Amino acid sequence: MNNMTQLDALNNRLRFTGIIIVLSALLLASVTIAVMLGPVAIAPATVWKIVFSHLPGFSERIEEIWSPAQGHIVWDIRFPRVLLGVVVGAGLSVAGVAAQALMRNSLAEPYILGVSSGASVGATLVILFGAFSYLGQYALSLAAFGGSLVTMGLVFLLARVRGQISTTRLLLAGIAISMMMSAATNFIVTMAPREEGIRTAMYWMMGSLAGAKWAYLSLPTLVVIGGTALLSFSYRSLNSLLMGDDTAVTLGVNIQRFRIILILTLALLTGTLVAISGAIGFVGLMVPHIVRLLVGSDHRRVLPVSLFMGAIFIVWADVLARLVLAPEELPIGIVTALCGGPFFIWLLRRSSYSFGGGRE
Amino acid sequence: MNVKVEELSFSIHEKKLIEAISLELRDGEFVGLIGPNGSGKSTLLKNMYRVLKPEQGEIFLNGQDLFRLTQKETARQIAVVSQESNPAFDFTVMDIVMMGRAPHKRMLETDSARDYEIASLALRRVGMGHAAASSFSTLSGGEKQRVLIARALAQEAEFLILDEPTNHLDIRYQLQMMELVKTLKLTSFAALHDLNIAACYCDRIYMLEKGRIIASGSPDEVLRPKLLERVYGVKTQIFRHPTTGKPSIVYLPETVASV
Repeated sequence: MNNMTQLDALNNRLRFTGIIIVLSALLLASVTIAVMLGPVAIAPATVWKIVFSHLPGFSERIEEIWSPAQGHIVWDIRFPRVLLGVVVGAGLSVAGVAAQALMRNSLAEPYILGVSSGASVGATLVILFGAFSYLGQYALSLAAFGGSLVTMGLVFLLARVRGQISTTRLLLAGIAISMMMSAATNFIVTMAPREEGIRTAMYWMMGSLAGAKWAYLSLPTLVVIGGTALLSFSYRSLNSLLMGDDTAVTLGVNIQRFRIILILTLALLTGTLVAISGAIGFVGLMVPHIVRLLVGSDHRRVLPVSLFMGAIFIVWADVLARLVLAPEELPIGIVTALCGGPFFIWLLRRSSYSFGGGRE
Repeated sequence: MNVKVEELSFSIHEKKLIEAISLELRDGEFVGLIGPNGSGKSTLLKNMYRVLKPEQGEIFLNGQDLFRLTQKETARQIAVVSQESNPAFDFTVMDIVMMGRAPHKRMLETDSARDYEIASLALRRVGMGHAAASSFSTLSGGEKQRVLIARALAQEAEFLILDEPTNHLDIRYQLQMMELVKTLKLTSFAALHDLNIAACYCDRIYMLEKGRIIASGSPDEVLRPKLLERVYGVKTQIFRHPTTGKPSIVYLPETVASV
C-alpha cells in the first residue's frame, strides 16, 4: 500500500515536470511565432539572431544579415509587445488564482476588488479630458494605477469590521464600489468633448498591448515575478485557505495577516498590469480553472502552470488581435472573451471538473 | 498532554456565551462535552482552538500558556476535526493529509520523504491507505471524516479537539469514528450530541448549560435523569447496559412520561 502511494506521488511529480517542460517549449515557440507574424513576415532564425544581437556578449558574434527595418520591427516593436503579453498573461492568471483562493469562490477573478473599474475612471479622465497632463507620457498609466489603488483602498476599508476582514464583505464591497466606479466612468464618457476620444477610451477599457515599449516592461515584470514568488512561498497557506477559515486557523495560518498579504499582492499585481495594458478580461478567471483540471488544486502546481498557460494564451490572443482585421487592431479583450468563452463552456459541460461546486 | 482551562469567558454583543469555564484534561483522557444546542459547546471549543479570542481566562498545555504561542506553534500542539465541509476546489486525499504537515514547515521548506511517510502512515491508521490518490469530494461522509482525522494525525499534535464531528454521519460511521479516536490514545476533547455515544466512549464528561459547566465527572456521575430533565427538558430512564457495562439512556415520550 505504501509503495502504491509512493508510486502515485512519483507519477504525479513526473507528470507535473512533463507539463512544465511542454509548456516552456510551447511558450518559446509561441513567442517566436508571434514575433514572426505581422505585415512584414520574418524568419524564425532571424528573429532570434536580432534578439541575441542586442544582448551583451553576443552582439559581435552574430553576423548582421537583416535590414535595419527588420531589426527595428523585431526589437523595438514586436518583441517588447510579445514580452508584455507574456508578463500580463502570466500576471493576470496568477492574480486569478490568488483571487479565487482569497474569496474561496470559483467566480472570483483578478478585478474582483474593483481594480479595473477604478483604473477606468483614471484612464478615461486622461484620454477624454487630458487630465494629469503634467505627468507627461506616464499620465495614463499613473492615473489608471492611482484609480485602481483608490478603489481597492475603499473596498478594503469597507470590508473591515472591528479589525477583521470578512470574505463576504470583501466580495460585496468590491461589487458595490465597482458599480459606482463604472457609473463614474460612464458619466465621464458621456461628458466627453470629442467623439474620437470615446473610441480610444473604449479600446483602453477592453485592453490592448499596443502601447508596449521596452521602457514599460521592467516594472510589471518585477511585480509579476515578485508576486508569483510570494504566492508560491505561501502555497501551503493558500491550500489551507480553500478548506475554510476555521480549518486554516487550526492548520496554523494567521488568517487575518495572510488575507491582508493576499489583498496587497492582488492589488499591486492587477493595478500595475491594468495601468499598462488596460482591463484585459477573462484570462484571470479561465486559466486557473483549466490548470486545476490538469494538475489538481494544490497551489504548488497551480501557480507555476497558470503562469505559463496565461502567458501562452495572451501571446496568441494578441496575435489574433493584431492580424484578424489588419491593418486595424482589435482590442485584445474581445479576443480573449470570444476565444476563451467557447472553450470555457466546453469545460463547463464536462462533468469531471466541479468548478468548486462540489460533486453530486 | 495535560490541558488546563481557567476562568474562560467569551461574549458577543454583551451577551455571555460562555462564562468562567474551568476544566482539566489529563494525559491520554477522552473527555466528552455535552449540552443542548446553544449551551456554548462549540464556542468553548473554538476559544480553545483559537478561532475565537476569549475575553478572559487562561489555557495551559502542559503548563505552557497557550496564548503566548503563535498560530503555527498552536497547530503543532492542537489538532481539530470539525464538521466535514467540502473545500472550495477539489483536492486529492493525499493533498488534504499533507496539509497537516504545514505547521511543521518553514516558508521555503519543501515536503520531505518523511512528510509523505507520516502522511501515508496517518492514512493507513484510519484505514484509508488505499485512497491516497482519490479525490476528496468523491468520498462518503464517513470516509471524509476519517481523512480529516488522518490530517489531524499528520499534524502530530498531542491534543485532539473534536467539534461535533459525527453529527451528520450514519450511526455506523459515528461508532467507527469514536472507536478510531479511542485507539489513538491522544488527549481528546469532543463535543458530542448523542448522549449514549458519550456514555459509551468518554472517560469523563463535562456538561454545559447556558455557557456554564453544571456537572462533570464519569458518565455515571453526570448522566442522571434529574439533571437531563433540567438541562435538556426530556424525561429519561437510565440503565446499566448488561453487555457494555455503560449507562444506557432511554428517552421517554411525553405521553408515557406523564403517566
